[in-house]
Amino acid sequence: MIEFTDVVKSYAQGNKALNGVSMQIEDGEFVFLVGPSGSGKSTIIKLITGELKPTSGTVHVNGYSLERIRKREIPYLRRTVGVVFQDFRLISKMTVYENVAFAMRVVGAREKEIKERVPYVLELVGLENKMNRHPGEMSGGEQQRLAIARALVNNPSTIIADEPTGNLDPERSFEIMALLQEINNLGTTVLVVTHAQNLVELFGKRVVAINEGKVVSDGLGEENNHEAE
Amino acid sequence: MKLNNIGYLLKEGFRGIFQHGFMSFAAICVTVACLVIVGSFSILAYNLDIMVEDLNKTSEILVYIDSSLPDAEARSIGTKINLLDNVLQSTFVSREEALEDFVKDHDDDSAFNGVQASDLRHRYVVTLEDNTKMKQTDEQLKQLPGVVKTSAAYELAEGFSTIQSVLHIVSVAVIAVLLVVSLLIISNTVKLAMYDRRDEIAIMKMVGATNGFIRLPFVVEGFSLGMLGAILAFGLEWVGYDAMLTKISSVDALQLFHFVPFQELLLPMVATFAAAGMFVGIVGSWTSIRKFMDV
Repeated sequence: MIEFTDVVKSYAQGNKALNGVSMQIEDGEFVFLVGPSGSGKSTIIKLITGELKPTSGTVHVNGYSLERIRKREIPYLRRTVGVVFQDFRLISKMTVYENVAFAMRVVGAREKEIKERVPYVLELVGLENKMNRHPGEMSGGEQQRLAIARALVNNPSTIIADEPTGNLDPERSFEIMALLQEINNLGTTVLVVTHAQNLVELFGKRVVAINEGKVVSDGLGEENNHEAE
Repeated sequence: MKLNNIGYLLKEGFRGIFQHGFMSFAAICVTVACLVIVGSFSILAYNLDIMVEDLNKTSEILVYIDSSLPDAEARSIGTKINLLDNVLQSTFVSREEALEDFVKDHDDDSAFNGVQASDLRHRYVVTLEDNTKMKQTDEQLKQLPGVVKTSAAYELAEGFSTIQSVLHIVSVAVIAVLLVVSLLIISNTVKLAMYDRRDEIAIMKMVGATNGFIRLPFVVEGFSLGMLGAILAFGLEWVGYDAMLTKISSVDALQLFHFVPFQELLLPMVATFAAAGMFVGIVGSWTSIRKFMDV
């Protein structure tokens, strides 16, 4: 579960990125986080992954209280949250299999577990036949699937996708969003940060809209549209 | 950290050396260069120190005994001399032995024609524990009953002490500066290798790797580079030093200088090079990675 209560985040220069944000995302939910550039979306992601601490208010993520989390606990928090980025952030010199296995190795998984889990996750995202390819030999959509596989492989309870379709054409974007929905159907909480209004409307999920560091609306896509009107 | 990960981390550390071949080569070259310079300077300083020490040991005080004292009484003064704090050793030289020595030391025997042993005094040759206190000890010797005169070369002893002190300070300063320089260069070289792998580190952080897990392969890599550099530098130092000794031994004018053989320095040199290689490698990589850990 992710819970923000009256969260303020000010940066050193004094500007407030978040100004009293409160929201709650239950386990197993699928939520879109939308808002213009500079509205505070990235700050919310950084707070969830422990890259930042709130200036005031409380942030609870999967049992961790981020306002008082110790530095050495952050890696364990991050194992509960898989992150997918717009630019994929894959290691080009590694194969598809190695990119995913790497994420397991660095959290101390045994080789036996890796050999069982990686093919399963690659099959889940539809890359089971491309295990020996390198990211550079794949399309953008496939690279994003690989990034999702890597985010999933350590079995996190939450997936955060930051503009996952930003570099993809509409057809691939739909496929990626459908994949995220499939993952959500398996019980994983999914938070998607996006500008793609058409996809938000198409999937009809809960939408949290943020502007100037405040939550301006929170509800199902359709309701939000009415509120905006 | 789980035990089953150690093998993986070590393997990653060694793999990194070959994966960044040029960087590794540069780091090893810098370590070798710095350690050879530091090592050569240390050996030179050590040899000079020993030479100065040997020269210093030749400084002695001659204590002349009242010629009116009977032989037995003159010989008994040695006990009093030995009781003085700074006296290392005193050797009695009878007036007969003194004359013999004079004659032996001079080619022209005729210079001593007519000189009798009785014209000379019994004397003691006194060596000291600490030549810097020569003046005080000389004063104490002069106070002893039966002593009529002493002869001591303070200036020479003080000169040796000054040379030794300057040598110590200069060696420590040069070695410290060279170590810091090599540490900085290694640190920067490792930093470049880290920069090359910053994306990997960011991904490791993102998926929840602990700092220790991220650091260890880089530290293993730094340690291995430092040790490889140290081993090569040690070999070069040994070969170079032996070659220098062979060269010196063939030049007559340089026979005055006595250099210790490398075998005598083997253990301290192995320990110093290993410690320096380890220190430079581990500290260099540890400090470089800190910057990349704040993701």
